[in-house]
Amino acid sequence: MSSYTYGETGREVPLWQKFREIDWWLIFLLCAVAAVGFIMLYSTGWDIAKQMRDPSRALTHLTRFSIALVLMFIVALVDVRVWMSLAYPAYAAALILLIGVELFGTVGMGAQRWLLIGPIRVQPSEVMKIALVLSLARYLHGLTVDEVSRIKTLAPAVLMILLPVALIFRQPDLGTALLLLMGGAALLFLAGLSWRIVAVASVLGGVAAGFAWRFLLQDYQKQRVLTALNPDSDPLGAGYHIAQSKIAIGAGGLFGKGFGNGSQSQLNFLPEKHTDFIFTMLAEEWGLIGALTLLVLYLLILFRGLSIAMSSRHHFGRMVSMGVMFTFFLYVAINTAMVMGLIPVVGVPLPLVSYGGTVMMTIMIGMGLVMSVHIHRDIDVPRHSGAFW
Amino acid sequence: MKPDVRDSARYEKFSRRAAILSLGTLGVFGGLAARLYGLQVVSSDQFKELAEANRINRRILPPQRGRVFDRFGVELAINRQNLQVQLIPEGIRDLEGTLDRVGKFIEISEERRDRILKEISRRKRFLPVTLAENLTWEEFARINAYAPKLPGVQPNAGELRYYPYADRLAHVLGYVAKPSEQDVQDNDGDPLLMVPGFRIGKSGLERTFDDDLRGKAGTKHVVVNAVGREIKEHSREDGEPGKDAVLTLDMGLQDFAYDRLNGESGGVVVMDVTNGDILAIAQSPAFDPNEFTTGLSQKSWDALRTNEMNPLVNKALQGQYAPGSTFKIITALAALESGLINPNEHFYCNGKTRLGRREFHCWKKEGHGSMNLRNGLKNSCNVYFYEVARKIGMEPITAMAERFGLGAVHDFGIPGGKAGLVPSEGWKQAVQGGRWSAGDTFNCSIGQGYLLATPIQLAVMISRLASGGRKVEPRLLRALGDDFQGQGEAFDTMGLTPKWVDLVTEGVIAVVNEPGGTAFGKRLTGPGLSMAGKTGTVQVRQISREERASGVIKNEDLPWKYRDHGWFVGFGPIDNPRYAVAVLIEHGGGGSSAAAPVAKDVMREVLLRNPSIRPSYGPQGDSALSVSGLSGANGGAS
Repeated sequence: MSSYTYGETGREVPLWQKFREIDWWLIFLLCAVAAVGFIMLYSTGWDIAKQMRDPSRALTHLTRFSIALVLMFIVALVDVRVWMSLAYPAYAAALILLIGVELFGTVGMGAQRWLLIGPIRVQPSEVMKIALVLSLARYLHGLTVDEVSRIKTLAPAVLMILLPVALIFRQPDLGTALLLLMGGAALLFLAGLSWRIVAVASVLGGVAAGFAWRFLLQDYQKQRVLTALNPDSDPLGAGYHIAQSKIAIGAGGLFGKGFGNGSQSQLNFLPEKHTDFIFTMLAEEWGLIGALTLLVLYLLILFRGLSIAMSSRHHFGRMVSMGVMFTFFLYVAINTAMVMGLIPVVGVPLPLVSYGGTVMMTIMIGMGLVMSVHIHRDIDVPRHSGAFW
Repeated sequence: MKPDVRDSARYEKFSRRAAILSLGTLGVFGGLAARLYGLQVVSSDQFKELAEANRINRRILPPQRGRVFDRFGVELAINRQNLQVQLIPEGIRDLEGTLDRVGKFIEISEERRDRILKEISRRKRFLPVTLAENLTWEEFARINAYAPKLPGVQPNAGELRYYPYADRLAHVLGYVAKPSEQDVQDNDGDPLLMVPGFRIGKSGLERTFDDDLRGKAGTKHVVVNAVGREIKEHSREDGEPGKDAVLTLDMGLQDFAYDRLNGESGGVVVMDVTNGDILAIAQSPAFDPNEFTTGLSQKSWDALRTNEMNPLVNKALQGQYAPGSTFKIITALAALESGLINPNEHFYCNGKTRLGRREFHCWKKEGHGSMNLRNGLKNSCNVYFYEVARKIGMEPITAMAERFGLGAVHDFGIPGGKAGLVPSEGWKQAVQGGRWSAGDTFNCSIGQGYLLATPIQLAVMISRLASGGRKVEPRLLRALGDDFQGQGEAFDTMGLTPKWVDLVTEGVIAVVNEPGGTAFGKRLTGPGLSMAGKTGTVQVRQISREERASGVIKNEDLPWKYRDHGWFVGFGPIDNPRYAVAVLIEHGGGGSSAAAPVAKDVMREVLLRNPSIRPSYGPQGDSALSVSGLSGANGGAS
């Protein structure tokens, strides 16, 4: 792929070279997606009754993205082995925060998700998304293909996934729990988990889902699932959001109603249009063309992630890159499928487009890690060396 | 790309797995794109329609109901601001919660709450339901301030019918009320009738002229947001306000007549004999139509229903009573026109006369002596008319009664008028089953027996006499919108012999103006003031032979409902009759003692006011006032 090398053993990379190695394509794609978010949030600021525009959300989005971009650069420039050595401590910290939220968390929207540490509001489940990818990547980096399918060596990895999933499920935050579960499972699959185990796990997963439905899911969660299956059954009740969202998307047609002209969105028939349902607004105002454009941008980001993973000399890098990208994919897929009425309503935002700082930081830190993998792709990291030093 | 050699097994495995996962990812994106295509291209039209239906709301603009004026432009029925709160059910997700919250600002009783919930379940979800109305400004302001936080709750300044004269005109104007299920059906489900707070005419003129007064509803399409709040107007189609009505009534006279009844059960009708204009049509007791418009309480309703003076019955049109001696006018004319009676022929009254084995009594026990027609009328001598009846039989009496408008409904706009009864020989055969007897004729000749008449009929009767035998028809409506009904043309003559009409007229002049006449004490004196008339007293109980022997019990000693009804019909001035009056006092005692004094005062009042010659109000063009200039703008009420 590239013609340069910085030493067979590659212990150190000079800072100036790191800058040269930044994946500007990925940066461009991320900025493009964030720009879509800016435009859509600018559109939500239009108050049709007062004929006035409030650009504050769009500007906040821009500010947050700029900060996140800087953060991404910092993360990217740090040697990937530093991140590797921080993987377990980060995971431990995230787990402690999750337990903390269980004990002292703030209840918001009927679920315990936030933890107040001084003036800072932390959402431990977001921290865990990064930490789990890092620690799983680190653990799997140390396993041979055979060991992945061996119960004794597989068990710690499975436990590593299930522990936070269970805690987050209890909050209850079904969406994030599933996100972590699927992200973790994907990493195990990529690491070479034997098909036999994949099959058994799938069956067990099905049984567990049935059990969860019967005993663990809260009523509102069940209702959401049922609603997704038949959103038109009760248009003013639980299915209202989905039905209105479908109307908005459908009414957008091929070319959309134009910027600021989405009646469904602008007249508030659409719920939470600046967060979870922003894709609906995009589809209404920019039509199929706009919606597909955004999906293609996401696809290109995923493709960049895949090629970064494939070009990494070390397994840790591949795992981190794929883990981050797969989580990114899950965000996009779950959110868009949800607003189109394909799956139940789960509170998952559209990455870099939805309004909200926490998820944006998580994603950009993740992207920073991917970038770091890219910059440090040729570094030799022996299977049994877990750390930089 | 130089993968770690020791790592090659892992790398190969990873590459394959990554390829599988990527294909899966691509597949998911394909599915998402397909779904987008399905929604945005395949079914797009359907969703566009749904979005438009979401966005655009059709609102009905109720027209402003036409007002009602008296002949001088006095407001009799108007529209007043009605501050109300409405609910739009489709904009509300938590109905109970919303009611609870609204209940913090205005009081909503349990009963009302139940009724609202029931109403909402019955009606279409986009139709607003009235939650509360007739709010004070303070309540309205409070609700208005909080409305933005209460989705689906809409404060609204509508209009409500108001009758300033309340019970004084209850039986003329009637009232408006919320349409019933039946009304909605009768109007082919007209959505206007389902507008909350909209009311239709339920009785009186409000009902008869409902279509004209109602006007035509406009519609307005508005852009609404998800909770039904109006964002802006999209398009508007103005309706037409209802037509204003101008009545022939003189409210000042109506007021006077009502007050003069002084709470007694009865009615007063005053007419212009030249054009039939009803100048007053008062009745007592009545009810307050405003209570019916806002919704009557069970207690008030029960009180009205159980009142023995029947305030709910329109006595002027629906109260049917024997006309008593007022009917002697008819008998006299029938006798003269039949040619069988010479006006100077005398009959001797000794207080009673015989018909076979039955005795028929005069009201004056000692008798009137020798009576001709003029004196028979003046003294209201029963025996004279018995003898007349003996000679002419029933048939000419029936015919004359019918010519004078008895036994028929005079339709002048107020619904529910009764026909009364003018019996004939054939009628008895058919309805009562039995032969007509000479005794029946005797009874009818003095206005008793089977005869029944309403006050309006007797007012028409005396008007026809006072006009010199013209076919006077009553009217109440002078103008409706721009349609002026005319000043009223002279009525056709009924073809009676003028000298007989003059003779009977002379007789009723004598009743009031000659000493010995039954209403001499109630004569009018003063410049331009004079009145003629005829009294009538109607027994409502049988007087037994024993009682007659021992002396008839005086009215004052009887319970109210056994006392006689008192009648007086009259006109004035006597030289050139213009106004006719009919007064009925139910169980008031005799005609001369109960009805004649009221008639006298009312006649003096109408002669002094002389409403027929004063400039009136309306679109006739010769007046400074014009209805069209006063009619209200299209109602903004919704």
